[in-house]
Amino acid sequence: MTMPFDTNDIWAWLDTVPDPEIPVISVVDLGVIRAVDIENERVTVTVTPTYSGCPAMSVISLDIETKLLKRGVIDPQIKTQIAPPWTTDWLSEKGRKRLEEYGIAPPQAAGGPAHCPLCRSKRVEKVSQFGSTPCKAQWRCLDCLEPFDYFKCI
Amino acid sequence: MTEALFEFLLRQGDNSLVLGHRVSEWCGVAPALEEDIALANTALDLIGQTRLWLEYAAEVEGKGRSADDLAFLRDAYDFRNMLLVELPNKDFGQTLMRQFLFDAFQVPWLTALKSSSDQHIADIASKSLQEALYHLERSRDTVIALGDGTKESNARMQEALDRLWPYAGEVFRDDEIDIAMAKKHIAPRPSEIRQTWDATLKETFEAAYLTLSEDRFAHSGGRTGQRHTEHLGHMLATMQVLQRSYPGATW
Repeated sequence: MTMPFDTNDIWAWLDTVPDPEIPVISVVDLGVIRAVDIENERVTVTVTPTYSGCPAMSVISLDIETKLLKRGVIDPQIKTQIAPPWTTDWLSEKGRKRLEEYGIAPPQAAGGPAHCPLCRSKRVEKVSQFGSTPCKAQWRCLDCLEPFDYFKCI
Repeated sequence: MTEALFEFLLRQGDNSLVLGHRVSEWCGVAPALEEDIALANTALDLIGQTRLWLEYAAEVEGKGRSADDLAFLRDAYDFRNMLLVELPNKDFGQTLMRQFLFDAFQVPWLTALKSSSDQHIADIASKSLQEALYHLERSRDTVIALGDGTKESNARMQEALDRLWPYAGEVFRDDEIDIAMAKKHIAPRPSEIRQTWDATLKETFEAAYLTLSEDRFAHSGGRTGQRHTEHLGHMLATMQVLQRSYPGATW
């Protein structure tokens, strides 16, 4: 028996599941979906946590399960895997672009935002290494004076 | 062997659990909003790491206990954390000094555990190390900023260091559990980490204008559970009250 969908369909569906804390990007953009497998008509999605204590992870798993159930997947399995550890290198290009449009500076290898996501000034300073969620830090722009979130680079 | 591995895993999990709870006590009362958020985030990372360690500990023990059972239903003498992390927070400077002394150990320690012969331990270490590096960056910078701050802030950081110092060295005293782990290449002997730790402290305290005592006396008894300070029981009374009062409560 063939199933009415394949792994590409599932990836596409998952790309419509928003990150619960940063809803402009999907869980696929975030890079937390490590694998989608169909074996013996059983769908398994492998998810990796961003931060080990991130409270959004249980919501993400639940949202994925709900989406798959709605699409007619029977008894989807959500597997958690911690290795290799998540890195911001796994954020998609689309995700980085959307973060910036939303007002969150995307991560940079240099360790700080490239520019203010609002006025694009390069004159920015760190307010705190931590922010409103485990994945963000607080920065501010010295030109437009607006505070903004920076997606921490790990 | 299983017993030694279980003890080893409890040490890892209990360090992050007890420190995570201590740091979380700042939530809502830190000196500035940014610091409040930073402390809460640090606590969250530590509690997340705790879950990884204690889930594995529970699995190794094989008696059907869960990570939650280990966290909420053990008494003080069953805890295997180093004494340093159970000491009360006192002021903000004391809290950050304790964090720095811990982070400066945790970073080289987790780095070494990444090459553990036990793949599960290597995986947990890799995950936790990213967070520990971030914590060290902040605790180190804050210790320097406060040490190299005003006369008052410098004096208080020196006081913090002097108070915490006799508790900091416990972890480097290898015991039979450490030796058993080293033999199986599961972990290095903690004493092998001391040089790196000393170097981080020396460099940081020089930049912070703080004086490190040459006295190497260290209280012990936390990692073995033989003699915790009186503070741990009080902390657990708060941390465990819900599960103790309403066993098995969920929400």
